[in-house]
Amino acid sequence: MKEYHYSGPVEQRFSPYSFNGGTVLAVAGEDFAIVASDTRLSEGYSIHSRDSPKCYKLTDTTVIGCSGFHGDCLTLTKIIDARLKTYKHSNNKTMTSGAIAAMLSTILYGRRFFPYYVYNIIGGLDEHGKGAVYSFDPVGSYQRDTYKAGGSASAMLQPLLDNQIGFKNMEGVEHVPLTQDKAVQLVKDVFISAAERDVYTGDALRICIITKEGITEQTIPLRKD
Amino acid sequence: MVICFFCGRSLFPSNQSATIRRPFPLAHGTTTLGFIFQDGVIAAADTRASAGGLVASPTVNKITPIHSHLVATSSGSGADCMLWERLLTRELRLYQLRNRRRLSICGTAKLLSFMLHPFKGTDVCVALTLCGWDKGAGSTDCARRSQDSSSLMEDSSSVAVSSQGDTNSGPKLIYVCSNGARLQGDVLSVGSGSPYAYGILDSGLRGSLSKDEAFSLAREAVFRATHRDAYSGNNVDLFHITEQGWKRREREELKDEYYRDMKRKAMIVEERKRLTGFKVPT
Repeated sequence: MKEYHYSGPVEQRFSPYSFNGGTVLAVAGEDFAIVASDTRLSEGYSIHSRDSPKCYKLTDTTVIGCSGFHGDCLTLTKIIDARLKTYKHSNNKTMTSGAIAAMLSTILYGRRFFPYYVYNIIGGLDEHGKGAVYSFDPVGSYQRDTYKAGGSASAMLQPLLDNQIGFKNMEGVEHVPLTQDKAVQLVKDVFISAAERDVYTGDALRICIITKEGITEQTIPLRKD
Repeated sequence: MVICFFCGRSLFPSNQSATIRRPFPLAHGTTTLGFIFQDGVIAAADTRASAGGLVASPTVNKITPIHSHLVATSSGSGADCMLWERLLTRELRLYQLRNRRRLSICGTAKLLSFMLHPFKGTDVCVALTLCGWDKGAGSTDCARRSQDSSSLMEDSSSVAVSSQGDTNSGPKLIYVCSNGARLQGDVLSVGSGSPYAYGILDSGLRGSLSKDEAFSLAREAVFRATHRDAYSGNNVDLFHITEQGWKRREREELKDEYYRDMKRKAMIVEERKRLTGFKVPT
């Protein structure tokens, strides 16, 4: 029987990118915002760290969640921090969430031809004190949302959020506004489900709750297998 | 003239050793359309942004106002379109401040095309349809110069030259893409769903359409395209541009349109059953 496989040279190229997994989620409420991420850092079949959260605090009212390639996540957050400091020193005020989002869009597009392999979601309070979530693609396309999931389990979580927070795909349901406690409970449940079905999500869940009083953090354990 | 710009599937960089392969897909895929009728210009688009097989966002704004009398429908890569629309808005505003008049739609299209030209050959993917209304151009330099020259020459060509000043006002529809194409037309549709939209537009478009008929034609065209094209869907945005400027209609869920269509089909089947007396397969 003739063998049907290719047996010649195959070009292997160094790839500057690597995928480190992780899931990020952000929800905006009436006067609060939640940014949550798992804390597992993986590469291929290995786990590099069980305690590497993907939420980074930018200002007192804004938190960013970055997942994808960890090297680009670190550099990107360093660049954003530097730009925030420059803005603070030039303009004598802190950047608002909307301004940070617009700035991030231009930073990402600046690398249009060698992109940052990062899926960003910004959660925070806008100038009127209402919750805001901004979601990005790796080259800077962004829009303001009420809720968004990004990272390796995003395709599993987003439909669940559409149903539970957006009341989509249901008929005859009363649209109850989301309270902070209900939102935190929902985020915990959603991540527990994600850890069951996505290999790159697990270990622990870090939740950052942003209100006008400040940012509070909670850590909840998840499946470690 | 048929312009089909297929987005999404065939636009990733080929295996050249110089470029780095991206490990992720970018937001793509769309249906947008525009047409001129007796009461101005209609611009319509769906609201789905797809990245590979995933719906990255079901509520994207693909029609962006550039100024009070110009709206751009975007197709191609979401980030590229967002950025180039911002740059275009900035350049037009600077032109307006420096020259104390607004740049014409034709001029805007040319400006955008020249801005995109250095990126030809890269995988920047921008296909905008500029839908707008030119205010009466009247005394621009070109018209004045041709008026002067017509007084010296007396052949029939001078008459044609001086009357061209009038065609530069009124509704305008121009397609500009990152490959370098710049095309003016009365009916244009761009995106992966454009062949389906063209079918509806070509069969339904008449000179005598009222405003509501034009809206329902545009909505129907986007609906049929979203039905057949996997990369288009969700909602439809409708804009109407007249001499007074652009006006936006409430975003409509195509789910309602789909249920209305199902009801219509059910009624037709009932009617046929009643008339012919035997069962028709649904």
